[in-house]
Amino acid sequence: MNKVSKLTAARMESTPFGEDAQLKRNLVARHRTGSLWHALFLLALAIGIVALTALIYNILDQSFGLVALEVKVEPRELAQDGVPIEELSKEQLITLLEARVSKGVLRRLKAEQPLEQRDREELLSLVYERVVQPKVVQSWSLTDSLLKRHSVEMEAAQKYPSARLEFRSWVNPHFITQPQSSDPQLAGVRTAILGSLWTIAITILVAFPLGVGAAIYLEEYATDNALNRIIQTNINNLAGVPSIIYGMLGLAIFVRALEPFTSGALVGGVADPTTANGRTIMSAGLTLALLVLPLLIVNAQEAIRAVPNSLREAGYALGATKWQVIWHHVLPNALPGILTGTILSISRAMGETAPLIVVGASTYIVYDPHSPFSKFTTLPVQIYQWTARPQQEFRNLAAAAVIVLLVLLLTLNAAAIIMRNRFSRRMI
Amino acid sequence: MSEVPNREGEFPLATALSARSLARRAAAAPPELRKKRRPLELLIQAFLFACGAISILTTIGIVYVLGSQSWLFFRSPEVDILEFLTTTSWVPAVGQFGIWSLVNATMMTTTFAMIVALPLGLASAIYLSEYASPGVRNVLKPILEVLAGIPTVVYGYFALTFMTPLLRAIFGRDVVEIYNTASAGLVMGILILPLVSSMSEDALSAVPRSLREAAYALGATRLETAIQVVVPAALSGITAAFILAVSRAVGETMIVAIAAGAGPAFTFNPFKAAETMTGHIVRISGGDLSYDSIDYDSIFAIGLLLFLMTLALNLISRAIMHRFREVYE
Repeated sequence: MNKVSKLTAARMESTPFGEDAQLKRNLVARHRTGSLWHALFLLALAIGIVALTALIYNILDQSFGLVALEVKVEPRELAQDGVPIEELSKEQLITLLEARVSKGVLRRLKAEQPLEQRDREELLSLVYERVVQPKVVQSWSLTDSLLKRHSVEMEAAQKYPSARLEFRSWVNPHFITQPQSSDPQLAGVRTAILGSLWTIAITILVAFPLGVGAAIYLEEYATDNALNRIIQTNINNLAGVPSIIYGMLGLAIFVRALEPFTSGALVGGVADPTTANGRTIMSAGLTLALLVLPLLIVNAQEAIRAVPNSLREAGYALGATKWQVIWHHVLPNALPGILTGTILSISRAMGETAPLIVVGASTYIVYDPHSPFSKFTTLPVQIYQWTARPQQEFRNLAAAAVIVLLVLLLTLNAAAIIMRNRFSRRMI
Repeated sequence: MSEVPNREGEFPLATALSARSLARRAAAAPPELRKKRRPLELLIQAFLFACGAISILTTIGIVYVLGSQSWLFFRSPEVDILEFLTTTSWVPAVGQFGIWSLVNATMMTTTFAMIVALPLGLASAIYLSEYASPGVRNVLKPILEVLAGIPTVVYGYFALTFMTPLLRAIFGRDVVEIYNTASAGLVMGILILPLVSSMSEDALSAVPRSLREAAYALGATRLETAIQVVVPAALSGITAAFILAVSRAVGETMIVAIAAGAGPAFTFNPFKAAETMTGHIVRISGGDLSYDSIDYDSIFAIGLLLFLMTLALNLISRAIMHRFREVYE
């Protein structure tokens, strides 16, 4: 008895963790390691946030800044009797154009549309484009423009004595409303935005019904047999296929094999001068539809699965058929989730570039797309093409186009959130 | 009659009605108990099945397209499949088709991406799952989601106009070329970070609380609990996330198309330009491509290899997830 208590006492003095002092030292060391790693884990997240900040900073840095502008003819020289060209009447602008623009160009312009039929703003921009001919000879980043303004001014004065230095936002109304141009001063993203919207519209029209249909089938009808298991596994695997592979599928199937349909020959019959053998909005939209389908199905399945079974059983108990239960009870309740998933898929499609390049987005078009069978370019493709050029001005344009794209995506996501909130309120 | 439960008092009218009609029917003919045939319902079901079957058609389409065009490629006299798989020079103009220069570049960018994405992704997942309070998590998680939602072409722009100048400033302009695999790979790592982080976090938070509490009860610190108990318990999910991340990096296109260089090159120098498999496909198909040319067929052969690589990685990832998942009651 005595022996035992002595033994326990001895054990108490040196615990399995060591002597008392040693234990304390040990504990301090362990806690120190703990807080060190805590800091490291936080650092990892911080790096992610820093990367995001750097990305946004980089885009903004390139979208705004000083530019050195050289003009062929000073707008001041064009003023008539002290009236600056901005205030000239339509007739005066026409005489100005006829006096200053070469005969050949004038004939071409008149062939497009007689000068008298154009409105004043159009004539004014023609004067700028054809007579004043401003040209960006160099551009600086926003950081340089703000912090090193003096040295930028020195550099500009030295290199381009005739140039005028002005602050320029590369994102501006002109940029958004004008078509692509080989002159960075005049280039805009109008055709690219329209191309993106057309493509996305076709993607939604095709992918939404198919995706929701497949999700309903898998969740409500499919029994646990081999075929249905294959469909489910297959969808999960398709979600992991690189997007460029879908582009190649689109190229072989929609652009080549289904050319009579995707070029519009089969449907419209009219040989459109702007179409290019199946490399049309239709092909692009269908390719993107196949690309987002797995994502859309999986999201819709989750939304449908979240509808409580009691709702279905209540429907059946009242004598509703299976489809009546799905249409009147399951779908309305799953709709907010389905819509959110759809919008997420659409944002994905909106930012896709690689498959569209493979399917054959045009490198250079200035005409608005006007039907699903037009040639097209989209915003991401436009960004890619501008980025790939070596001149700094095109990098500025690419940054501005990135801002437009991100704003579009943000709007889309905000719309998704608002829509979801509205629908879910109505459900309850 | 006797089957109808007698609920008089509760629904007197209904019971009376149904009793009367049942009686009348029983007198006339045996009740119709067969399921009514509804052609419209069948039609709808057939349509919905067709929707689901489209995914199978897509897969068949992918395999058929890649397979048949690759067959054309390998059958052409200029190509030898052994040469394709073993040599390192890809110059279609002189009939040299050695896939390794492209595969090598893909592996270079993927390696750099993994160096960034795996440790950072896992560390941020551990932080979010084990350390962060719900408030902090609600602020930090959306930031990672924004990072995941940015189109890849924007990352490509970022790599070329930010990461490359940064690398050139650090290592010297003579060492680092304008187009290089390191820059593309590092930015790709940032792109993939959210994927690793969110998948690993899902795996970590699936580990039951009781395991953590047992570890704390034994006197483990938070770090020891996280590293020695929670991470091993979630290892299958984390491994699956890592493999999926590799698959994403292999198939990633726009960043490498913009920043890694245009022109196949067999080099192990990360600061030199080299074209990856995906980058090559985009460049070749972006130009004016005539069908039935060897160039056209060759991108399908590259595509087939790419498809098989990513498919294998995805299947392994899925298998690990299912096979080695620890199921806790």
